[in-house]
Amino acid sequence: MAKQYETVIGLEVHVELATKTKIFCGCSTAFGGAPNTHTCPVCTGMPGSLPVLNRQVVNYAVAVGLATNCAVTQCCKFDRKNYFYPDNPQNYQISQLYLPICRDGHVEIETAAGKKSIGIHEIHMEEDAGKLIHDEWEDCSLVDYNRSGVPLIEIVSEPDMRSAEEVIAYLEKLRMIIQYLGASDCKLNEGSMRADVNLSVREVGAEGFGTRTEMKNLNSFRAITHAIAGESERQIDLLESGQQVVQETRRWDDAKEYSYAMRSKEDAQDYRYFPDPDLVPVYISDEWIKQIRDSQPEFRKEKMERYRKEFDIPEYDIGIITDSKHMADLFEETVAICGQPKKVSNWLMGETLRLLKEKNMDPEEILFSPENLAKLIRLVDSKAVNLTVAKEVFEVMFDGNIDPEQYVEEKGLKTVSDEGALRATIGEVIASNPQSVEDYRNGKEKAIGFLVGQTMKAMKGKADPVSVNQILKELL
Amino acid sequence: MDILEYSAVELSAAIREGRITATDAMEAVLARIDAREKDINAYVTIDREQAMRAAAEAQAKIEKGELTGLLAGVPVAVKDNICTQDLLTTCASKMLAHFVPTFSAEAVVSLEKAGAVIIGKTNMDEFAMGSTTETSAYGETRNPWNTAHVPGGSSGGSAAAVAAGECFFALGSDTGGSIRQPASFCGVVGLKPTYGTVSRYGLIAYGSSLDQIGPLTKNVADCAAVLELIASHDSKDSTSVRREDTDFTSALVDDVSGMKIGIPRDYLGEGLDAEVKEAVLAAAKVLEKKGAVVEMFDLSLVEYAIPAYYTIASAEASSNLERFDGVKYGHRTDACEGLHNMYKKTRSEGFGAEVKRRIMLGSFVLSSGYYDAYYLKALKVKAMIRKAFDDAFAKYDLILGPVAPTTAPKLGESLSDPLKMYLGDIYTISVNLAGLPGISVPCGTDSGGLPIGLQLIADSFQEKKLIQAAYTYEQNREG
Amino acid sequence: MADKITDETIEYVGILAKLELSDEEREQAKKDMGKMLDYIDKLAELDTTGIEPMSHVFPVQNVFREDVVTNGDESEKTLRNAPGVKDNMFMVPKTFE
Repeated sequence: MAKQYETVIGLEVHVELATKTKIFCGCSTAFGGAPNTHTCPVCTGMPGSLPVLNRQVVNYAVAVGLATNCAVTQCCKFDRKNYFYPDNPQNYQISQLYLPICRDGHVEIETAAGKKSIGIHEIHMEEDAGKLIHDEWEDCSLVDYNRSGVPLIEIVSEPDMRSAEEVIAYLEKLRMIIQYLGASDCKLNEGSMRADVNLSVREVGAEGFGTRTEMKNLNSFRAITHAIAGESERQIDLLESGQQVVQETRRWDDAKEYSYAMRSKEDAQDYRYFPDPDLVPVYISDEWIKQIRDSQPEFRKEKMERYRKEFDIPEYDIGIITDSKHMADLFEETVAICGQPKKVSNWLMGETLRLLKEKNMDPEEILFSPENLAKLIRLVDSKAVNLTVAKEVFEVMFDGNIDPEQYVEEKGLKTVSDEGALRATIGEVIASNPQSVEDYRNGKEKAIGFLVGQTMKAMKGKADPVSVNQILKELL
Repeated sequence: MDILEYSAVELSAAIREGRITATDAMEAVLARIDAREKDINAYVTIDREQAMRAAAEAQAKIEKGELTGLLAGVPVAVKDNICTQDLLTTCASKMLAHFVPTFSAEAVVSLEKAGAVIIGKTNMDEFAMGSTTETSAYGETRNPWNTAHVPGGSSGGSAAAVAAGECFFALGSDTGGSIRQPASFCGVVGLKPTYGTVSRYGLIAYGSSLDQIGPLTKNVADCAAVLELIASHDSKDSTSVRREDTDFTSALVDDVSGMKIGIPRDYLGEGLDAEVKEAVLAAAKVLEKKGAVVEMFDLSLVEYAIPAYYTIASAEASSNLERFDGVKYGHRTDACEGLHNMYKKTRSEGFGAEVKRRIMLGSFVLSSGYYDAYYLKALKVKAMIRKAFDDAFAKYDLILGPVAPTTAPKLGESLSDPLKMYLGDIYTISVNLAGLPGISVPCGTDSGGLPIGLQLIADSFQEKKLIQAAYTYEQNREG
Repeated sequence: MADKITDETIEYVGILAKLELSDEEREQAKKDMGKMLDYIDKLAELDTTGIEPMSHVFPVQNVFREDVVTNGDESEKTLRNAPGVKDNMFMVPKTFE
């Protein structure tokens, strides 16, 4: 009988923190500036420059640590990780090795197989690297240091996961916690959340671990799932054919669905960590920890509990809405403006989810504001537009957060409330559809539907279907 | 009186009183540079036009009463590892042959704000690694007292410029004795402040946990005035210390009565030149006569300071100098095959032998498998050395000893044996490891006519005691 | 301890430190480094049991910046000393195949 293998996975998750400035200088962390416009002597490694720590980075790191049940290292330090690469202007990265800010935490995940606790080995603070762009024309690379020095936390899990499903559940859990804290927007596709997968395989029942590899460049859940499948298969094949797994870093190519070793002779993987003499230790007092703990937001569990009490919406809706901090905020803020939680929830559960899925977007990427959603709900309530028109307006609002009142006005989408005009149109419809009129009069109730449709068409949708129905019945 | 005879403080007073102008002073200095520089080579860069322009500006401000400080209008030289905006800063290395900083070091900003006028950048050992100023990529500096000898290092250019009248005072940096030892060899005053007293922002790092900027001056009063000016808390330097007691000129008091001074027996042992020993002990007598209580004691651990220092300084240097890679600034090799070849060729061409030696050593002691045995061990020894000083300062206000075992060696004598050169730092190095302040004051000459330096060491933040004792000695020494 | 410094060690340290030595420099480096390490080995004589490694001399801690943007567009200064620039970026030999 063939050997049975299991996959053992640990994750190193990098999260870009939502600070306004970089970790060691006053440069902006905003996305999308022209190359090197968010740089200064500190984040470009100019001779003579020195780093000074951004307090908010510590606040966020501790908040994430507390929310993931970690112990806070009350006296933590920064270390230098030395390696040469052009995206790393000092050729050392300021990180934490010896005394990381948080240790020994865990989060609960839930998969089809049930609940499971995933251990967190440590969380440390560090700086992000710049961006390298390949220039085909000159056959060279170009370096932009706008991202250099953007604060990161690296969350290192224990090797507690056994499947891609667990990995995704863990990542989703981390993402939700961090988004709830407001510590990061955690967008995989933009790189504000990145996961490196440490993976080994072993025979089922084996005590020790196999040799692991580390896979980088995984920027979607899909890539992670495929990479895990591909790498376990590769390792099992090696073992089955009597070969050894080599401990190495591999880069995942999502287009080719293949990983390749990143090793080179010039890459010694000996980072010569030592305490950074330019930075002083960070002492996190009990009071500071308490302050961070006290200012933690309501997490999902508490939020769900509150929704059950406050809002009369189905349990299913509560589950979906609170799954995303952004969605929950949107819901609560909209309800605060226009009330009617059920209607607000319907818009989120129906059209919003449909469009998110269609456009392959995360709830965090929802653009429209609670003000505009409330306006749209009011437009429907006041019968200024009918539901069909409202859905069309919503799509436009979803894409560009337009003001629905203004839009309806400008595009002339308001329901025609002039009954005279409506009666005239209905009269014309009755006159030109004698067959349907006769069918209705002969008791075919359904025929009225056709007549309503014809009326709506003639009115270019700008009529209230209920009124149309009433008038039709009256005239027939 | 010849302008060049003035001390910095005297010169500024004369300028503020309208007896001479800042431009007169700058012209006199530039004339002296013209006369002496071909023999001394104290400077890497001199920007005459800018210096004259800045002198004229300072003069105008002094006349308008906008500049009233103790050093207003005084020409100053700045060591070439301290960044000066728009003025070439090479660290005496080929690596930074064309590097023009976009900002000035905090210490330079303080000087300029007070109206001191920068003449240019002084020569040094490449990246401050060396004790002779012979490792400079721009030729060695020679000792103004005897040009066959070295001026010491690494701030050799600064010390020589002060000694030769090529400036009125200078800034240097001290990582293991780099201000005090050249001051001693060139017969000028040099002070290494308590770690954290002067901002390191803009000082191109060698050993970050040891580096301090400090003054090289003609006398102790100038030294106090310069220190008072450059000592300030800087929010850009995380290791900068907030101090209240920086009115150092108030310590210029001719009195040491009741002061307790200890002389480590370990500083007078084997290897110390007899003439140096004699001069230092004679200086101790002068202080004793003025009422100080002087006694011998055992400091202990002295012989462990050098190995600990070279481990820590080289390790930090290997990391600090990684940024010189041909990507963002500085030298880049002309032709290369790929990225890593570019790094290697750039760095091999750009750095001199001594810098490479220390980078290699530093990379090794941090490398996998050796970190605990070397680097971590050295940090523990550093803690023990600090403890030994704490014990000493529980008994003494000051420690007194030589600056260096010998007077300035001849050119070319030191580089052949690096280890021997390193051993010359034995009396200065532990001060950096322990973060203490130390001063070098001239205390005579040897039979060859070369200056000898007296070193005084105080506990952290006790520069005033140093200045008071050094001033008292200066006022009462013979000759 | 000096025998630790083999050709391989020098080669390895050369990779870490990105230095390329000529044969002559390599021989010299082997000698110098061996000598220095022999000397540094003196530290092993000291019993440091229970001693905390001291990376900072003073117990200064918690030095922070507030999270406020203070820098504007300094790209001109950032690039002023660069050996190679294209499209406002630093030009380097290509980093991937």
